[in-house]
Amino acid sequence: MSETLISVENLSLSFPNHPVLTNLSFKVNRGEFLGVIGENGVGKTTLVRIILNQLRPSSGEVRLKDGLKIGYVPQFRNVDIEFPLSIKDFIALNFTGIKLPWLSKKEKARIKKVIELVGLTDIANRPLGLASGGEKQKAYLGQALVNDPDLLILDESTASLDPNTKQELLDVVLRLNKQLGLTILFVSHDMQLIHKYPDHYLWLRKGKYTTGAMSDLHNENQEGQYV
Amino acid sequence: MFELEFMRNAYFAGTLIAIVSGMMGVFVIARDMPFMAHTLSEIGFAGASFAVFIGWLPLNGMLAFTTVSSVLVGELSGSVQSRREAVISAISGLFIGMGILFLSLSSKNSSYATSILFGSVIGISHHEVIQMTFLSGVILLILLMIYRNLKDDSFDSVGANTNHIHRSLISIVFLVMLAFSVSVAAQIVGSLLIFVLLTLPAASAKYYVHTVAKMMGLAVGFALFGVWVGLYLGYLTNWPVTFFIATIEAVIYALALVFNAVRKTSL
Repeated sequence: MSETLISVENLSLSFPNHPVLTNLSFKVNRGEFLGVIGENGVGKTTLVRIILNQLRPSSGEVRLKDGLKIGYVPQFRNVDIEFPLSIKDFIALNFTGIKLPWLSKKEKARIKKVIELVGLTDIANRPLGLASGGEKQKAYLGQALVNDPDLLILDESTASLDPNTKQELLDVVLRLNKQLGLTILFVSHDMQLIHKYPDHYLWLRKGKYTTGAMSDLHNENQEGQYV
Repeated sequence: MFELEFMRNAYFAGTLIAIVSGMMGVFVIARDMPFMAHTLSEIGFAGASFAVFIGWLPLNGMLAFTTVSSVLVGELSGSVQSRREAVISAISGLFIGMGILFLSLSSKNSSYATSILFGSVIGISHHEVIQMTFLSGVILLILLMIYRNLKDDSFDSVGANTNHIHRSLISIVFLVMLAFSVSVAAQIVGSLLIFVLLTLPAASAKYYVHTVAKMMGLAVGFALFGVWVGLYLGYLTNWPVTFFIATIEAVIYALALVFNAVRKTSL
């Protein structure tokens, strides 16, 4: 039995006159690739924000494993074409804290390693503002990886990408999951991608949800409830 | 030129100003705050005229006014980005009005107002140089201490949300540092044009280099070039130093924009 990283029990959250999540329970185990799917507005990002401790649930609880390190790739980023930092310097931003301003040898080595993992070695010194959509997403992924997390949360990271670039990004994520055993929580409304990559799913719908192994989703889908 | 004590003071002070402004400017640009820098300059004018009115050194009046108002702006605008500009307008209007009032109430003549607004090379005393050195040291020390968190918050505010950084504290500390920088820089370029040194060198540097450390280095270089050459030309021609500094920095910025446009077409 693998270790449980996140355990969600009877979680509910309502905004005034508007229930978002109702009585949600599920677990994320180490090494899992969990796809969180659902149409826009069902509370996917809300759930992520509760896990990240940025929002308080109305009832129920979210328990994280002690000392769990989460790497998070947010849905929106304020990076425009004039954003000046190189991909490498952008990734280094996640080394925060009241410490010496310059990076240690260990930190530099980690940045190099992460840039290799996401496949950006050739353009590591290029300004992020001039990178393509897919390269930007890889840089965001790299930044989330730099502190060596146990769990990686990707919130609609593929939403703005063309089909080939989506696949390319998710191939990187899948490699992190299979080869390095990184646990993934992949949030998306893209049914095709959810079918292809994750091994488990959590399907949020208005007021209800289903969860299980990917093969269950294939059966559920044949009932034609969601395309 | 250097046999004159006021020129030695001016060069020393100018060098400090260029270093502080160049480094701080990188964060002013990243945090999209040129307007705030400009407003703090105007508030500095009010502070200086208040100081003249009650018989303090202008620098102390500037420090008091800019620090209080920067904290006010931080508290009043909160996390609402769109409200910040309106709050800044309100506060700056109030303070400029007060500046005009204090000047008219005090017995000093209008040439004193001119030197506050447009800067003066001759006006810098040995005592002020020591005070500026101390203030610059404080700014740089705080900058080194909070460098990593300030960098994350300034260049990637979305990411900083998840990094357990106390963002509102960083924001207030930065505003106070900016208030100090404005008060220091005003001594030579004058309160009307401080924002030139706090924005243009950094805004130019970002097109040439792509790490925060290199941007700070290059921005300091651009600011130093403007201040040193400006002081020299002012000495030769007897024209206002501020005019030369502003013109040099504007030309550097224009060249950076041209460089960027050319690079884009060649990509």
